[in-house]
Parts: sequence; structure tokens; C-alpha cells
Amino acid sequence: MNPALNSGLNSAVNAGMAPVATPCFFYVLAGLAVVSGLLVITRRNAVHSALALIVTLLAVTGLYLMLYAPFVAAVQIFVYAGGIMLLFLFVIMLVNIERSSKDRQFNRMWPVGLAAACALLALFVTAFVKGKALFPDRMISLPESSNTQQIAGMLYGEAGRMGEYTFAFEIASLLLLVAILGAVIMTKKKI
Amino acid sequence: MVPITTFHYLVVAAALFVLGVIGVLTRRNVVIVLMSIELILNAVNLNLVAFSRMWGNLHGQVFSIFVTVDAAAEAAVGLGILIAFFRNKETINVDEIDLLKW
Amino acid sequence: MPNFIMSYLNSKDAITPGAAGSQFWALVYVFIIFAGVSVAVMAMNWLERKALAHFQIRLGPMRVGPHGLLQPIADAIKLMLKEDIIPAEADQFVFWVAPLIGLLAAFTVYTVIPFGPSQAVSDMNIGILFMLGVSSLGVLGIVVAGWASNSHYPLIGALRSSAQMVSYEVAMGLAVVSAILMTSLNATGTGTLSMIGIVQAQQQQGVWFIFKFFPLGLIAFGIFAIAMIAETNRAPFDMAEAESELTAGYHTEYSGLRWSLFMLAEYAAMIAVSSIAVALWLGGWMRPFPNLLHGPAWDFIFSLFPGLTFFGLAAIAVVGVVRMPAHSFFRIQRIGLAAFAAVLGFIALLLLVIAVAGRSADTSVAARFREGIDYVYWFVFKVAIFMYLFIWYRATWPRYRFDQLMKIGWKVMLPISLVVLIMTAIVGVLVS
Repeated sequence: MNPALNSGLNSAVNAGMAPVATPCFFYVLAGLAVVSGLLVITRRNAVHSALALIVTLLAVTGLYLMLYAPFVAAVQIFVYAGGIMLLFLFVIMLVNIERSSKDRQFNRMWPVGLAAACALLALFVTAFVKGKALFPDRMISLPESSNTQQIAGMLYGEAGRMGEYTFAFEIASLLLLVAILGAVIMTKKKI
Repeated sequence: MVPITTFHYLVVAAALFVLGVIGVLTRRNVVIVLMSIELILNAVNLNLVAFSRMWGNLHGQVFSIFVTVDAAAEAAVGLGILIAFFRNKETINVDEIDLLKW
Repeated sequence: MPNFIMSYLNSKDAITPGAAGSQFWALVYVFIIFAGVSVAVMAMNWLERKALAHFQIRLGPMRVGPHGLLQPIADAIKLMLKEDIIPAEADQFVFWVAPLIGLLAAFTVYTVIPFGPSQAVSDMNIGILFMLGVSSLGVLGIVVAGWASNSHYPLIGALRSSAQMVSYEVAMGLAVVSAILMTSLNATGTGTLSMIGIVQAQQQQGVWFIFKFFPLGLIAFGIFAIAMIAETNRAPFDMAEAESELTAGYHTEYSGLRWSLFMLAEYAAMIAVSSIAVALWLGGWMRPFPNLLHGPAWDFIFSLFPGLTFFGLAAIAVVGVVRMPAHSFFRIQRIGLAAFAAVLGFIALLLLVIAVAGRSADTSVAARFREGIDYVYWFVFKVAIFMYLFIWYRATWPRYRFDQLMKIGWKVMLPISLVVLIMTAIVGVLVS
């Protein structure tokens, strides 16, 4: 189930660089991601939806590894699959959704929602078809071995100068602090 | 076989995005609506990382790390709101959360 | 011989199969690791029962094989033949999938464990992040198992267990970060996240990270050692699964083979976190005293250790054979134990022959075998010490109450690990 294991095996030998997974891998992972996404939004039982979302997240992790982004893949497993999904499962258990799985699952306005989503899909298709000429056909290979160091350089900065995203990094940690406080205060029984 | 280009990743990201939007707009269960929002954010991340590979620099990947951090904060706060509301009204259907309706 | 087999063996520089892109050898390594971990889990099962028994001045399993050596096999057969009971209202699919999630998370970690400088399945650049992240996926299996059982004891046990694991993951992560900081004290000032790179950094700096910047390395190692016990739900942090507390917690409703999958996942996770501790602080595959006792003579003496260890085990088995009563009831057991002693002695002889034949540092086949065996031996030896410590803790210490456990995780371990991290960073900047 874990795609991160697969990209080490089954790879074509590439002179000196990190091995590139075959196109077959892309179709498997992409199909898995889309099918699991479909399962997320259609399951009656919320725990089944959560498990399907975990599969989607792991498939997307595999896609990140194919895109030479190992650090983003690790962050995805750590934060999303290991943290956020655990949070979702806790809340599902606390809120005890057993009763609600007998209710109606979809809104009364679901045709309108579906039509809006189809309009969005049509917009995407138009944008892709018209804009296909704008995408260069190349895929630049990023160096994989120094990916973490380069991301760290952009976030923290090299010796003596600030990185481009240092300020945003500090604001993000402040955001997490505010979120922690907010979540704790909102779920306390007496403030 | 056709070599995999950026375009293939964008198509996958668009599909996940549309599935997430359908989930947000049509489901009644608040937890599943929040999970669909996570799906949307993942699609955005995939888009960013695919473009980062296309242009050959790491701005997209750094931005996607920030989006992930943001998604974590938002999931925590959203679920906190859900629990606080559930204490008052014992329901998790979006239709029935209408205390402010006149 | 086909090219895809021989090209990896003939590669001039020693690299892992993952880096060489050799699928065949990566699969071979995966099978070897899988078999090794399964044997290790069975041996741990036996050792735990015997060691706990001897700590409590009793004998433990003695009947099944000579000195209970076949007890794990008997347990495995019993568990496989037991009736598979699923609670009536339980969610069938989720009930079935929960042990698999834990098992997958525990076993995927073994992809990046560095048994030697090229003896790993694949050396990912983000090795340590991968290990910590994937072992945090095991918590999901526990939560889902508790939910799927549809009964309140497993649910409470699962929530407690996962809350405990998540709390101690934070302290674990910070302790790991302070070890990674120490890898950047080299000429280029760049650290590394790959497991093989961390051990090689210890090799280059000539000191195990547990002794570096004394006492910071020691405290970081201590934090990790305590957090890893809490992470794997072992005593004294096993409130969530102890029998007297919650009737076995999240795996109460699981019987037979499914329960054995949980036990397999727990022991595999124990070995995995122990190997993280060994690779990060205890020098991985390096032999003890690399600086104090250096030189080819000491290298040769230390390379005899694998053979001598098996020789010692064979000697213990021979002593067991001699001391067994010479009664017809014990005839089969005596023969069995004598055969076991003979096998151990044969392995010892083989290892001693390889050590003597490959004693020079050239690149002959015997020397490469000897080096590989030495690397793997020292790594497994240190991990085995940790396994014994796990059993020792279980026999000796009473368990923590759940609120005491959470208090320690957040109010004691987290501040200490933060302080150690900051001081490691300050000292590292001052030194370089």
C-alpha cells in the first residue's frame, strides 16, 4: 500500500542520478488517488471516508516522490497522514457518527452542487486545452540529493543572508500557535 | 508509452480538486465536508509541486509546505468548532446547523 | 549469470541496491530483512517469556522444546488454528484492515535501516524523516482497531494508546533533531538526513553521538530511549494494553491470527525504533572503541566477535545438554538440544573461518564477506542489547498511571528535549 517503498524498487537504471519511476507507476498512483478521492466523498460511514482519504494522501505522496520532491513527501506523511487524519479519526469517534450514518447522505441541493462542479470542470478543461501551448515540454530534473538543503536555504537563508521565505516561516509558526490556542479554547468545557 | 509531462499531474490535480468541490457542496456530514476541503488543498499542493518541477526551482515546493501547515491549522480549528457546536446541538448535519436563521 | 544479478555484485563502489537501481537485489534484501525480522520476533517472544520468568525466580516454558525453544512455533500454530471471532456489530472491513495498517507501517520502516554502509535496501535522502513519519502511521492502525471493535474497552484503550504515542512522538522528534544537528559539524557544514550518512558522520567525526558534547548527546539519547518505550506501548508505559487495566486494550476483540499480527507489529516496531537509536547515537555498524583500540591487531580481534558469540551460545547449549537428566523421557529433548548446539557451533566455525581468511583489508571476496558480516553483526548486537533492556524494564518497573504518563510526556520530556536542542545548536555553532 505504501508507494514510498515502490519507488525504490522497479526503477530503470539512470546513470548516476536517482532512479526515475516508470510511467506505469504514475498511472497506478494517479488512478489510486482519484478512485480513493471518489470513495471519500461517497461513503456513508465517516471512518471509511477517513481511511480512503489516507489512501489518497499516500498516493499523492508517491506522486511527490516521482516529482523529485522528497522533503514535501515526508512533510505530507508526517503532517497529513500522521497528524491531520489522526485528528479526524479522534473527532469522528468523539462525535459518534453511528446515528448519522442512517440519515440522508447528500444535500437537498445536490443537483445544483453537481452542476457547479461540472461548470468548474468545464472551466478547467477549457483552460487546459487553450493553455496547453504555454507549457514547455521539458521536465527539468531537480537534484534530489540536496533537496532538503535547498529548501532549508530558501526558508532560513544561507550564512549571512536571510532566505526568501523567512518572514513567511515565522508567520506560519505564529499561525500554528494561534490555531493551537483556538482549538484548545473552543473545546474546553468551561472557559 | 507517452512520457509523463507536467500536464498529466495537472489533470490529476484538477480531478482531485473537482472531487473535493463536489464533496463540499453536496455532503451533509460536516466531518466529510472538512475532509473534502483537505482533498482540495492536496490538489493545490500537487499543482504547486508539479509546476515547481516544470520550472526547475523550489518555490513551488516551499509554498506547498506552507499550504500544508495552513491545512493543519485549519483542520484543527474546524474540528474544534465542530466539537463545540456538537455539544450544543447534538447534530453534525450541515443542514441542521441553522441557529441564526430567521 | 544474467546481467541484472551480476552487475550489482561487480560494482566497484559499494552502494545500496536502491541507489544502483537493481530491482533484483533490492528484492533479495527485502526478503532477507523480512525473514530476519520474523525470526527475531519469534526469538524475542521466547526470550521475553524466559527472561521474565527468570527475573521472577521461575523457569518459564520448559516443555515444548528443550528449554522451551519451540514454544514460539507452538504459539504460532495455535494462533493460526484458533477460531476467528468477529464481534457482531463490528465494521467488517475496518476490523479486517486495522492490523494490516499497523503491520505495514512497522515493516515499511525496515527499508532504510542501515545495517552497513551499503547494506540497506535503499538509502533515501530523507531516511530519518521517512522512518519517523511511517512509524507515526502505525498509530492510525491502533485507533481504527479500537473503533472497529465496537465495544468500550477497546475504544478507550485505543484512544489512550494513540494519545500517548502522539505525545511522545514530539519528544522523540526533537531528540532526533538534536542528533541530526551534530551531523553538520563537518568540513562543509552540511548535515544529512540519510541514515547511512548519519552513521558515516559519526565515523568521520570519530565519536559516537552519545558521547558528543557531553552530556548533551547522552541526555538526547536518554530522551529518545524513554520516548521509544512509550511509543511502542511497552512497560512501564503500557497502561493501554495491560491485562489488569483495560482487558488488553485495543486488541481485546481480536483473536487468533489477527492478534498475532498486532504482536508482530509491536515487536517489529520495537526493533525499528531501537535501530533508530543505534544508528543515531550508538554508531550504527561501527565496532566499539574505534579510537582507543585502533590498529589492525585490534581490528582482527574485534572481527572474531561474531564467531565467538555463536561459539558462546553453542557452549551454553552444550551445558544445557549435559545438565539435562539422563532419563528416557528427556531423550528427544537432549538430542534436539544437541543438534541445536551443533548447528550453532557450525555457524561459529564458519564465521571464524571467514574472519581469519579475510583478515587483511584488501578487496578479496573473503574480506568483503568479513566486512559485511562485521557491520551487520555489530548493528544487530546493539539492537539486541536494546531488546533485552525492553524486557528488563518490563520485569522491573511498575507501570505509570495514564495521567502521570501524559504529564511526563508533555511537562518533562518536551522541555528537556527543547533545552537539549537549543544547547546543542549553541555549542555546535561555537565549536565550528
